[in-house]
Amino acid sequence: MTSTVESQDQTDALAERIKQAHAAGTPIAIAGSGSKRFLGEPVDTSAHDTLDITAHRGIVSYEPGELVLTARAGTPLADIEAALTAEGQRLAFEPPHYGAGATLGGTIAAGVSGPARPYTGAARDFVLGTKIINGQGEILRFGGEVMKNVAGYDLSRLMAGAHGTLGVLLEISLKVLPTPRTQATRVFEHNAEQALAAFSSWAARPWPISATYWEAGRTYLRLSGATSSVDAAAQALGGEPVADDVDFWRGVREHERVFFTDGENALWRVSCAPAAPITELPGSLALDWGGAQRWRVTDAPAEAVRDAARLHGGHATLYRGDAHPRGQALAPALLAAHHRLKHAMDPAGILNPGRLIPEG
Amino acid sequence: MSDVTTDDRARALDAAGCIGKPEMVAALQAELPHDIVLHDDESLRPFECDGLSAYRTLPMIAVLPATIEQVQTVMRICYEYDTPVVARGAGTGLSGGALPLERGVLLSLAKFNRILDVDTDNLRATVQPGVRNLAISQEVDHLGLYYAPDPSSQIACSIGGNVAENSGGVHCLKYGLTTHNIIKLEIVTVDGERLTIGSDALDSPGYDLLALMTGSEGLLGVIVEIVVKLLPKPELAQVAMVAFDDVRAAGDAVANIIKAGIVPAGLEMLDSPAIIATEEFVHAGYPTEAAAILLCEIDGTEAEVAEDIERVRQVVNDSGASDVRISKNDGERALFWAGRKAAFPAMGRISPDYYCMDGTIPRKALADVLIGIGELSKKYGQRVANVFHAGDGNLHPLILYDANNPGELERTEEFGGAICELCLKHGGTITGEHGVGVEKIDQMCVQFPKAELLQFHAVKAAFDDKTLLNPGKAVPTLHRCAEFGAMHVHHGEMPFPELERL
Ligand SMILES: Cc1cc2nc3c(=O)[nH]c(=O)nc-3n(C[C@H](O)[C@H](O)[C@H](O)COP(=O)(O)OP(=O)(O)OC[C@H]3O[C@@H](n4cnc5c(N)ncnc54)[C@H](O)[C@@H]3O)c2cc1C
Repeated sequence: MTSTVESQDQTDALAERIKQAHAAGTPIAIAGSGSKRFLGEPVDTSAHDTLDITAHRGIVSYEPGELVLTARAGTPLADIEAALTAEGQRLAFEPPHYGAGATLGGTIAAGVSGPARPYTGAARDFVLGTKIINGQGEILRFGGEVMKNVAGYDLSRLMAGAHGTLGVLLEISLKVLPTPRTQATRVFEHNAEQALAAFSSWAARPWPISATYWEAGRTYLRLSGATSSVDAAAQALGGEPVADDVDFWRGVREHERVFFTDGENALWRVSCAPAAPITELPGSLALDWGGAQRWRVTDAPAEAVRDAARLHGGHATLYRGDAHPRGQALAPALLAAHHRLKHAMDPAGILNPGRLIPEG
Repeated sequence: MSDVTTDDRARALDAAGCIGKPEMVAALQAELPHDIVLHDDESLRPFECDGLSAYRTLPMIAVLPATIEQVQTVMRICYEYDTPVVARGAGTGLSGGALPLERGVLLSLAKFNRILDVDTDNLRATVQPGVRNLAISQEVDHLGLYYAPDPSSQIACSIGGNVAENSGGVHCLKYGLTTHNIIKLEIVTVDGERLTIGSDALDSPGYDLLALMTGSEGLLGVIVEIVVKLLPKPELAQVAMVAFDDVRAAGDAVANIIKAGIVPAGLEMLDSPAIIATEEFVHAGYPTEAAAILLCEIDGTEAEVAEDIERVRQVVNDSGASDVRISKNDGERALFWAGRKAAFPAMGRISPDYYCMDGTIPRKALADVLIGIGELSKKYGQRVANVFHAGDGNLHPLILYDANNPGELERTEEFGGAICELCLKHGGTITGEHGVGVEKIDQMCVQFPKAELLQFHAVKAAFDDKTLLNPGKAVPTLHRCAEFGAMHVHHGEMPFPELERL
C-alpha cells in the first residue's frame, strides 16, 4: 500500500534516551499529543524528562486482505483512520480521540474504546503485537501480525491501558475489520431503569447491535451490519429513526454532547456490570456500553462515587474535577503484584512513574 | 526427544538436595484429606502424560483438591518445601504443558467441575476450572445462549486449561479466542494467596492481568474460578463446502473471502490426505478427488446469512472453485462439519501415531507454506495431512508416523521443527493455540531473541519468585537455547556469546 502518511523512524534515538535515563535514574514522561493526559494520575513532572513520541510516526504496513495494520506509536489516529477508510475498513473499538492530535500510542497506552466496545471489543482485544522499549532501553517485540499467537506471555496486550508505565510503545499491530455495510440508529422514550432492562433484553438476542446509550429520558440503539439484517432488526425493535446518527455517536464518543461539556461539577466514569442496579447519587447520569459504562456529572464527594461503583463490583475514574487518586485504589495483594510486574519491565522505575499506580 | 529428568529445574533440585517424597507426602497429608494425596505408581499412572503422549513422566505426588482452600494449602506447602507444581485440567493439551515433573506435585483441578452461576442479566457464567468447555454451552442452551470458543476437544478439555492455553476453535475467527471471552478470574498464587483478576465490569483498574494470565500455561498462577461471557445463539448458520483442484487456489480463496469484507463464523480447510481419511471414516460427502476443500460458515440473522452466503459463492467461484455446495438445513450443516470434527480420530485410523503442529501465518502465505510442507514431507519421507483454521491462518499439519519404528519419532520431531521454522520465515508464529509446553520450547529460541526471553523470565519471577509453577515449560532458559544451538540471530549478532557452547 502506498501511504501519504508522513513516515519517520526514531527507534534508535528513543531507545538511547531510555538507556541513558535508566542509567541516570531520571524519570521520563512519555508524551503523545497529550489529549488523554487527564486520564492518568496527575504527576509532578517538573523533575522528569519528556519523551516526545509524535515524531516517531508512519504506517509500517497495511494489508487489507490480512486485516492487519502496523503503525508507529506517534502516528496520528486520524491518519490511520483515513488509511483504513480508503479500504472500507476501520478500528472496530472506535477509539475516542479527545483532541485533534491523538496518537495511536496514546490511544493504546490509555486503553480507551468507544461506543462499540461491549459489542465488538476493547482496544486490548485488537492488539496483535507490539514493539516496545522497556525500562532498560531494550527494544523488544511481542506478538506479531498474525491472528493467533500463544508463543510466550501476552505482553503486547498487557501494554494496552498500562499508560506507558511498562514500556514505551514504538509500533503496534492491530487487527482491523471491514466497515459494516449499513448503520442505523433508533431512539426510544425510557427512564434509566427501563433503559437498563431494554439493554439486557436486546443483548440476549442475536440482533446486530453495535452501540447503546441512554441520557435524559431517551435510549439510543445503533444497529450495524448487513443491510438486510439492520432493516429487519429496526423493524422488529421499533423506536424512531435518528437522522444524523454519525454525529450523534461522535458526540457520545468524544464527549462533545452538552451532558459532558456543561457545568463545573466533576465528571466521573463508572465501569460496572451492565445490569448492575442504578445507585442514587446527586447530579445527572448517562448510560453507555449497554449499562457497563456510566457517566456521572455530580458534586457528590469522591468517596461516595467510588463506594457506589464498588457496591456492584465496579470502579470509578474521574474525568473532570479534583480528587486523588483519580482512579480506584487496588487491593493490597494486587497492588504488590502490580509493583513486581512494573519492576520486571522497568527496574529503575523511570517510565511514567506514578501515572497508573502509586509508586511502590 | 527431550528427557525431562534433565530438565533444568530437576537438576537444580538435585543440587539443592531438596525434600524427599515421603516427607512431602507427610507434609501434604498433615493438612489435607489423605485420599486426595496420591503417591503410589498405580494411582499416579493416569497423570503421566497429556495429549502429547510421546512424553511421559510419573509425578512424585498428585493432589486432587476440591476446594479453593485446599488449593491454597497445597501451594503454601509446596512453596515452603520448594516443590514444583504442575496444574492439570483434562490433560488434552497437545504440547506437553501438563506433563508432570518427577520431583513435582501434579495438581489436578478435575474435582472443580461445577457451574456456579448463570447470570442472564449480564450474560455471563461463573464456572470452576475443571468444567468441560462444552458443558457450559449445554448448560445455557435452553436460554438461547452459548460460550463461543469451541476447541475441537471441547467435549473433554477444561475451561481452566482453555484459559491457560488461550485456546481457540472453529468459531474464533468471528467470536475471538479465550482471551476475548472471559471477564474475571480467581487465581491462587505460588505461595497460596488468592487474587481476583479482572472484575464484574468490562475493564478494571491497573494492568490488564487478565490478558497476561490467559495463555500463560500454568506458569503464573493456578486458576480456580472463571467468569465467562455468554453470547446469544445466532438465528441461523449455513455452511458452504467448497472444493478446489489446486491447493494454491484454495489458499487464495481464503484471503479473497476476507478481503471481500465477509467475516465468516468459521473458515476451515482440509487437504487431500485429510479429505480422503475423514471421508472413509465418517462419510460426510466430501469430494475425495479434490486437492482441498474449504468449509465456510456464515451465521447471523436469516437475511444476513442469505446475503453473505451468496457473496461467498461468488468469491470462491471467482477464485477457481470446482464445486460449491451449501447446506440446506441443520442436518446437512452438521454432516459437513462431521468430517472436520472427526479429522483427528480419522488420522488415528490410517496411522498408528500422528503429531499435530500449530504454526500460524499471514493468510497470504497459506498456499506457499502448504506447498513448502509438501516438499518437507517428501524430504523427510513422512506423510502429512492438513486440517486447520484457515481463516485465522492457523495451520495444523498432522505428521503421520509409527512410534514403533526406531528413529521415526525423532525424525517426526525434526520435521515438526522444520515446519515451525517455515512458519517463522513467513512472518508467523510457532504456536497459534496449542501452547509451547515442552514440545516447542526449542523453537522458542528461534522465535525470540535473548532480550525478549529474559523479559519473559523477569515477568515470570514477578509472579513466581522460586520458579515453582510448571518450570521447564513455555519459556526456555538461555542455557537450553545455547544447547539447542539454533537460536534467533538478531541484527547479525551471535546469540548468547557469553554462554559456553556445550
Ligand atoms: C483432539 C484434540 C483437538 C484439539 N483441538 C483444539 C482446538 O481446536 N483448539 C485449541 O486451542 N486446542 C485444541 N486442542 C488442545 C487442548 O484441548 C487445549 O489446549 C485445551 O485448552 C487444554 O485443556 P485441558 O483442560 O485438557 O488442559 P491440560 O492439558 O490439562 O493443561 C494444559 C495447560 O494448562 C495448564 N492448566 C490447566 N488447568 C489449569 C489451571 N486451572 N490453572 C493453571 N493452569 C492450568 C496446564 O499446566 C498445562 O500447561 C485439542 C486437543 C485434542 C486432543
